[in-house]
Amino acid sequence: MLRLEARAEPSYLMRWCSPLLAAALTLLAGLAIFWLLDKDPLEGLRYFLVHPVKDLYGVSELLLKATPLMLCAIGLAVGFRANVWNIGAEGQFMLGTVGASGVALYFAESDSALILPAMLAAGAAAGALWAAIPALLRTRFNANEILVSLMLVYVAQLFVSWLVFGPWRDPMGFGFPQTAMFHDAALLPVVLEGTRLHLGFPFGLAVLAAGYVFMNRSYPGFRMRVAGEAADAARYAGFSTRRTVWIGLLAGGAAAGVAGMMEVAGPMGQLTDKVGLGYGFAAIIVAFVGRLHAFGILLASLLMALLFIGGEQAQQYMNLPGSISLVFQGLLLFFLLGSDVFIHHRLRVGRAAA
Amino acid sequence: MDGALFTSMLFATVVAGTPLVIVALGLLVSERAGVLNLGAEGMMAMGAVAAFAATHASGSPWLGVLAGMGAGLAVALVFAFLALTLQANQVAAGLAVAIFGVGLSAFVGKPFESVALPAVPPIRIPFIADIPLIGEALYNQQALVYFSWALFWAVLWFLARSRAGLVLRAVGEAPAAAHAIGHPVIRIRYLAVLFGGAMAGIGGAFLSVFYTPMWAEGLVAGRGWIALALVVFATWRPLRVLVGAYLFGGVMITQLFIQGSGLQLDFPAQFLSSLPYWATIVVLVIISRNPNTIRLNSPASLGKPYRPDA
Repeated sequence: MLRLEARAEPSYLMRWCSPLLAAALTLLAGLAIFWLLDKDPLEGLRYFLVHPVKDLYGVSELLLKATPLMLCAIGLAVGFRANVWNIGAEGQFMLGTVGASGVALYFAESDSALILPAMLAAGAAAGALWAAIPALLRTRFNANEILVSLMLVYVAQLFVSWLVFGPWRDPMGFGFPQTAMFHDAALLPVVLEGTRLHLGFPFGLAVLAAGYVFMNRSYPGFRMRVAGEAADAARYAGFSTRRTVWIGLLAGGAAAGVAGMMEVAGPMGQLTDKVGLGYGFAAIIVAFVGRLHAFGILLASLLMALLFIGGEQAQQYMNLPGSISLVFQGLLLFFLLGSDVFIHHRLRVGRAAA
Repeated sequence: MDGALFTSMLFATVVAGTPLVIVALGLLVSERAGVLNLGAEGMMAMGAVAAFAATHASGSPWLGVLAGMGAGLAVALVFAFLALTLQANQVAAGLAVAIFGVGLSAFVGKPFESVALPAVPPIRIPFIADIPLIGEALYNQQALVYFSWALFWAVLWFLARSRAGLVLRAVGEAPAAAHAIGHPVIRIRYLAVLFGGAMAGIGGAFLSVFYTPMWAEGLVAGRGWIALALVVFATWRPLRVLVGAYLFGGVMITQLFIQGSGLQLDFPAQFLSSLPYWATIVVLVIISRNPNTIRLNSPASLGKPYRPDA
């Protein structure tokens, strides 16, 4: 008989093997799903794992998709480590697109080199502002940040929709709900000739590095970790709970806002009502799978980007709904949480000693 | 306001509030047992799509409700396994259920997006439906509306008057004590979570088979999350869930009536559509403002895993 036995110490090795186990289980589940759908599992595998990275262009698209995911996830990880549950990154991402688009549209005549930095600042500020609402309501009124940040996702979606159907609609756009295309000075330069990979990717890596330094090497980051792992110890040491909540939410909001800016100033080139692409929700999974650690988040964002692109490919070539990638994302998180049991437990054969 | 408009608004408010009543009462029971299931949105979405598919295939909305309930149960079982058997973080496990349920429902529901179902006729209760103003609104309703009222009385009685309800509350307040006097904490929590899942599934079924009746990605539109907020707003009491759900139904319906009335307004439709979400935030703030309200009323072990062997 198999049984679980509590470990005396959590397993460090298992902490990092668990995401790999989860990815392997997701892969197996994926094969089973294709088989159940009467699709060739190997063909499915090819579109999900091989096709997206078969040439340089494919790899560049993967990195392009990973950029907003890693940005949102590192911001969320700062809060998650302190048990500040911001799950509204999707809305903060949308506000980031709005802030950046506002700058791009207002200065549409200018070709100053300051436009992009201004868009970046506006995107980060707008995202942080959106996250400041749950932070304020949590610190001031004790309102649950999970529910408030999530409600604001729906509000953000409606706000974007109002903008692109109303005041910001491109007069030359044949009535489509979208703004005018941004001019060249408001678009991120491409870093790899012949692809769409833009400056946002190296910037995202830099933010990951900054996130690592903050969370693992700085005193405020240490305080956040203590608040998450031992709330009583944090209180006893006099670490401010308010500050923890504010830092956690503002970091998540600003990072998601930056990700939004990169999306409109990168591959989209304009603001449309289809700007909620699910990166903000997927980033929650990226943060968990990446173990709330900068390096893990980098790997997890690549894996998740693969799922996004695989979903698009499955839609295009296998006639499957694109939401299959959401199914895989959910499965990945399920399997991760399931595998995590082995961090604190080991599997033993035989009966428990009495 | 003339009488006919009042009646039709009351009717619509009750209809809009009903899925919230059903789902929030289910969540309330599982939270009273100490389990926070943030996956309500996913369980509702799965319930909605399963109910739609079953109704479409069989022609019977009742089989649809049953299928919706089954789907909600199945998703809740996955959550319970993660959160109760494997002791995973309840917040993370709930989010996983929410993401997975919304994704899977969109995936399996794709073929049904262009399909319509015949409307299910309401059931008229003789005599009391003739009461002026409110009769038509309250007693010529969908069967699930009556179900939601029966559910309310059942939950109220169960929690306040029955022995099993007392045990369930004990498990939520002090699992170690309940375990010590011989109650199977994990099994009771399983049952509570499954009940919540079944109700979320029925709530979803109400949306796709009775309310709209159609299926579209995003049909649930945050109602699962609003139901979670309602439980907090109600400070874990069934009567306040009922009142809160109809308040929300009222907010949703008022904005629809304003939008549909053709009134020339200075503010945009999207602003009106966002009112239910703002309302959720506002009620959360009002109820949470006094920290003691939450501390005294929330089940003491809410969201905390319990290991009987530790």
